[in-house]
Amino acid sequence: MSRDRIQREPLRQRLAGLVWVSPWLLGLLFFFAIPMGMSMYYSMTEYTMLEPPLWIGAENYTSLLSDPVFIKTIWNTLVYAGFVIPLSIVLALAIAGLLDTDSRVSHIVRLMVFAPTVVPLVASAMIWLWLFNGDNGLINSALSIFGINGPNWLHERGFAMAALIVMSLWSIGQPVVIYLAALQDVPKHLYEAGSLDGMGPIRKFVHVAMPSIAPAVFFNSIIQTITAWQIFAAPYIMTEGGPDRSTYFYSHYLYDNAFLYQRMGYASAMAWVQLVLISVCILGIYAITRKLWSTRS
Amino acid sequence: MTDGSKRWQISGRVSRLMLLSLIGMTFAMPLIWMAATSVKPESQAMQQGFSLLPDPPGLAVDGLKDNYAAVLNDTTVNFPLYLRNTIIVVFLGITGCVVSSVIVAYGLARVPMPGRKSLMVITVGTMLIPFPVLMAPLFMLYTKIGWIGTFAPLYAQFFFGNAFSIFLMTQFFRSMPKELEEAARVDGCGHWLTFRHIVLPLSKTAIAVVVLLHFTYMWNDFLAPLIFIVDRDKFTLMLGLQLYQSKAGQTPWNLLMAASLLTLLPVLVVFVIANKAFTRSSLSGAVKG
Repeated sequence: MSRDRIQREPLRQRLAGLVWVSPWLLGLLFFFAIPMGMSMYYSMTEYTMLEPPLWIGAENYTSLLSDPVFIKTIWNTLVYAGFVIPLSIVLALAIAGLLDTDSRVSHIVRLMVFAPTVVPLVASAMIWLWLFNGDNGLINSALSIFGINGPNWLHERGFAMAALIVMSLWSIGQPVVIYLAALQDVPKHLYEAGSLDGMGPIRKFVHVAMPSIAPAVFFNSIIQTITAWQIFAAPYIMTEGGPDRSTYFYSHYLYDNAFLYQRMGYASAMAWVQLVLISVCILGIYAITRKLWSTRS
Repeated sequence: MTDGSKRWQISGRVSRLMLLSLIGMTFAMPLIWMAATSVKPESQAMQQGFSLLPDPPGLAVDGLKDNYAAVLNDTTVNFPLYLRNTIIVVFLGITGCVVSSVIVAYGLARVPMPGRKSLMVITVGTMLIPFPVLMAPLFMLYTKIGWIGTFAPLYAQFFFGNAFSIFLMTQFFRSMPKELEEAARVDGCGHWLTFRHIVLPLSKTAIAVVVLLHFTYMWNDFLAPLIFIVDRDKFTLMLGLQLYQSKAGQTPWNLLMAASLLTLLPVLVVFVIANKAFTRSSLSGAVKG
């Protein structure tokens, strides 16, 4: 019935919403569609912004394949994501599990865990530069208690990557909040049933809570995949990609190509490859999640 | 219930509380250490150790005065100017974002139009596009229209809406009971009058959440200013902080921590006052996902 009424309304009325959303339609056109179109075109050109673009077809894409730095930055990004995503799932789930009580302490700790996510990236880069400082940093001071002579974190291969991973785990607040909400949705009587079956806290967590958390884990993995492909500010400020390009990430190389070497065409090609790589990663995570799921049930 | 299991339960609760406190302290430690370093004299800041206060503790007062004054009066990095620039950009950005996003969201939620579903999908889709993908073409576009050298690249696009704000407001409008608006329509109000007089007054809290989140996003942003702002007198605070760290003649750690604390203080205060807005909004995406 309501459909009939809508059909009979004058055209003007049926299109009224378009007026309301018109700013956003223009925004999508100017700030997304046009830039992406330009990027597609420039990715087929050699363009320094000083001279007019020179059409070279697919050459940017083919030279990417033989660019060792490009391969290196993909590898670094994958290594980074490969550590950060599983570590943050385990850590955030454990913290969320502990936070799932209604005590005052729990509410205060929630704030403390979430606070780092609002700290600007530049400021947290400064803080962690200081914490990881090789001579007087807090982390090496703490290690020296145990008689360990800490490394010069941000200037040694391997340790620099580890430092960036540890730092990223500091801003784990969003997944924690999401897992906590998922845990609170688990009906309490299921836990009681688990207790009656003689399950300990860990088995209850795996068998009772996990199924309802699974979608949240999937969601967070995807968000973190996209975030990992964007990592820029922390390595740019803290390691400048070093030492020896060991923390040189994809977005950083793209930035350098566009704004340091003035290779806009090459950078545009990298942007499109980045979109493809992200999609591949997301599909991969989807496949893994589904596989894990079908073997469970 | 037997005595034994009760004791087990209590000790379980105590150990959980202890573990929680430890986690809380671990997450707070970097911020506490930043604050502690920022009030120490340089010679003491550069020492190994765990003391939160300088020795003697009275020096903290001098440290507070001297270090923060040194940051604000630095000759190469003009923090007061960058604060002014940041406030201008953030204010314009929030204004544009709120006005347009609220109107667009109401249109998406309640006003009939063709292609509503696809527009919603596209809107969410744009949130997944990483900024590095867009930054090179946006730079070329802004160069062509003469925006490089002005603040416009940092705020202008928000006058056309912001995907996340539109998404949040659409969810909110959809959750409102339709009866109120229908009553207004029966009384002869058009969509605009209904929106203006019935819906908007009921949306203050939701709009406040959008303002806070967009404030934090713009205040913290580093990559867009890094790319689009070329003149040093147009720097934002985040660019200033990075310049302060990387400028010639290394900045002492106590001063760098004081500068960091100053730049993050506004967002931290906003977060402590309105933390629910932040934690709830990170759920809004997850529910959908």
